[in-house]
Amino acid sequence: MSPEQIAEILKARFGDAVIAADMGAHPQVIVAAGHWPEVARFLRDEPALGFNMLRSITAVDRPAEHVLEAVYDLLAMTPPEGAPDGYWTARHAFAVRIRVDRGDPHIPSVADVWPAADWHEREAYDLLGIVFDGHPDSVEDHDGLHPRRILCPDDWAGHPLRKDYVFPIEYHGIPGTTEYETPNPVH
Amino acid sequence: MGWIENRFEEGLIVTSLDWALNWARQSSLWPMTFGIACCAIEMMATGASRFDMDRFGAGAFRPTARQADLMIVAGTVTYKMASRVRRLYNQMPDPKYVMAMGACTVGGGPYFKHGYHVVKGVDLIVPVDVYVPGCPPRPEALLEGLMRLQDKIRRQTIARTRPGEVGSLLQV
Amino acid sequence: MARDVLLESVPDLRADLDRESMAAADVRTEEMLVNMGPQHPSTHGVLRLVLRTDGELVLDAVPHIGYLHRCAEKIGENLAPYQFIPKTDRLDYLAAMNNNHVFSLAVERLAGVEVPERARYIRIIMAELNRIASHLVSFGTYGLDMGAFTPFLYAFREREMILDLFEAACGARLTYSYITIGGVTHDLPDGFVERCREFLDYFEPKIDEYNRLLSYNQIFIKRTGCVGVIRPDEAIAWGLTGVCLRASGVRWDLRRCLPYEIYDRFEFEVPVGLPPGGVPPVPAGVPAPKVPAGTCVGDCWNRYFLRMIEMYWSVAIVRQALDGLPAGDYRSKVPRNLKLPEGEVYFEGENPRGQLGFLIVGDGSPIPYRVKARGPSFCNLSIARRICRNCLLADIPAIIGSIDVVMGEVDR
Repeated sequence: MSPEQIAEILKARFGDAVIAADMGAHPQVIVAAGHWPEVARFLRDEPALGFNMLRSITAVDRPAEHVLEAVYDLLAMTPPEGAPDGYWTARHAFAVRIRVDRGDPHIPSVADVWPAADWHEREAYDLLGIVFDGHPDSVEDHDGLHPRRILCPDDWAGHPLRKDYVFPIEYHGIPGTTEYETPNPVH
Repeated sequence: MGWIENRFEEGLIVTSLDWALNWARQSSLWPMTFGIACCAIEMMATGASRFDMDRFGAGAFRPTARQADLMIVAGTVTYKMASRVRRLYNQMPDPKYVMAMGACTVGGGPYFKHGYHVVKGVDLIVPVDVYVPGCPPRPEALLEGLMRLQDKIRRQTIARTRPGEVGSLLQV
Repeated sequence: MARDVLLESVPDLRADLDRESMAAADVRTEEMLVNMGPQHPSTHGVLRLVLRTDGELVLDAVPHIGYLHRCAEKIGENLAPYQFIPKTDRLDYLAAMNNNHVFSLAVERLAGVEVPERARYIRIIMAELNRIASHLVSFGTYGLDMGAFTPFLYAFREREMILDLFEAACGARLTYSYITIGGVTHDLPDGFVERCREFLDYFEPKIDEYNRLLSYNQIFIKRTGCVGVIRPDEAIAWGLTGVCLRASGVRWDLRRCLPYEIYDRFEFEVPVGLPPGGVPPVPAGVPAPKVPAGTCVGDCWNRYFLRMIEMYWSVAIVRQALDGLPAGDYRSKVPRNLKLPEGEVYFEGENPRGQLGFLIVGDGSPIPYRVKARGPSFCNLSIARRICRNCLLADIPAIIGSIDVVMGEVDR
């Protein structure tokens, strides 16, 4: 099935929840955050689509447009018909992009649709600050209810991959940045 | 620091005892298995049969800090890991030595710039005796570092010294 | 609820405990929190596992990662692609050639760079040799985890020969930065092809030796057989790739299912996990291995054994590549300031540990806007909490070792 056909199916089923489609080198649709769990379940369970593997969740910071994006890369792997020992086939690959406001980024978690999303969502929160509501491993602290950090320590301040991140001067007494540190190049 | 160090002035007996103690210490440096990243693979290769660290007496890698006298910090130390490095260093009994293996432990290495989570050199956390540069250092370089450390141990003395003097067992 | 996905019921090993007589004899057990790592001889790097145990029984194992988080993605937003290649070396430092390869392919796909034929063949040779070297380390350290020291020395002896070949080609033993945008950095030196053929002829019979040394060893089978079983649907849902997925019976390999580079020109089979008595496919002229009793599809033993069989097929691919190596350029002319066009590309390649993916977002300048590395070990390790449950304490190193994590690509 071609990416255009997949986008058509989604638009027909979900209407306005599918905001746009981009059929470039990385075919994807842009979906509204509120409707994401049902779109995700449809993508996984619909027999014609069957996206059973979530390959990766990438979070991108776009301060110029004041949005944070989460890109979900999906793959439909189908077992071989007839010969049970044969090679599985890649039916189609697709991506879904969700854009949320940079000041208050919330996306519903899809860890119950694809368990692989668990750690990817924790990493997206840790490095970029997107809060995934309903994540199975959430903690409550001064930053509110958010997924537990996975890469940086639990008491790390800030979200390092943001474009306006300021490198720490010191952490628990260990010196951090030096005067040679340059900020991110301005994009 | 035991009861014998830093008590007696230099003399014939102290010098002979020095020689014996240092020979024993340098020929049986037992490293702690503290591989963190890529340098750990070269450390394992140094312990394997081609480069054989065991012929220096340093082949018995001890997993526990309590039985080791050499901590080869092999790999990048991050802020999350820093407290563990210090804790393991504190757990080692005297006399203990630290070898900073690889560019990351020497001064941050390739992650010096833009590495927000990388400690720029393990000497910000533990006192280091020998620095072995390289990314990763070849096994031969690690063995050279080991031999430099053996030279340093050979110069040590249990005679009364001031902190910072060559051969002093007192830390500055 | 979402939580149930993680804490689904698994067979309760305590079900057959005789609780009445235990209560009568006043045998009290307490749950204990045991911390394993981040410094531990068998956590394959700085992985911390917090185990909740009831005696020898592990009730829950929570992995804590991030002790090697080296900010690769932040660095990727500040360096040009050809400068980022050395950082990709250090992601999965045991398969540096493969990492360079996947990143170069991703950038070439985004920027539309052509690669000469000779460079493609050299890349395949290097990638498959590195696959053998990586599987050798995994074989050696897994034996070490299980208490066998000899396989470690044999594995590193063989690996030194491969590292000699790499050193002749590019000068480095571990972090090569050899495969770069547009091809490879240097041509193969004189005599490389002959030395490589010699090594392959020497090495192929050794794999059977190692099988007879470790794989069919009854103690090893008892430690790893039927331990940490992963079902195929679980494996796909948790995003497992590589050997961990194939051991559960899913015959999926990017080199065959979504071929990239010139893998479609080579003939090779991809082995999957088999029940006892099964015979995995091996190249002609090699003694046929047989899956012994005491194992099952999707267990630790199958994950380990598939790496041994894959080494056979990597040898076959390198032989075919050496036979077909054409003359020509080893690198196409790529400008230093290669401008990455606006847009993005997501590309995955088959690394020894699974599928390494790069999402590169370009914005028209030579420096990418965002580089995301999807580490295979990161996804493979996420299932650890699910399978390290209701097993014995001694099974934990067996399971973590069979997943074969390298923390460089878990933490990036």
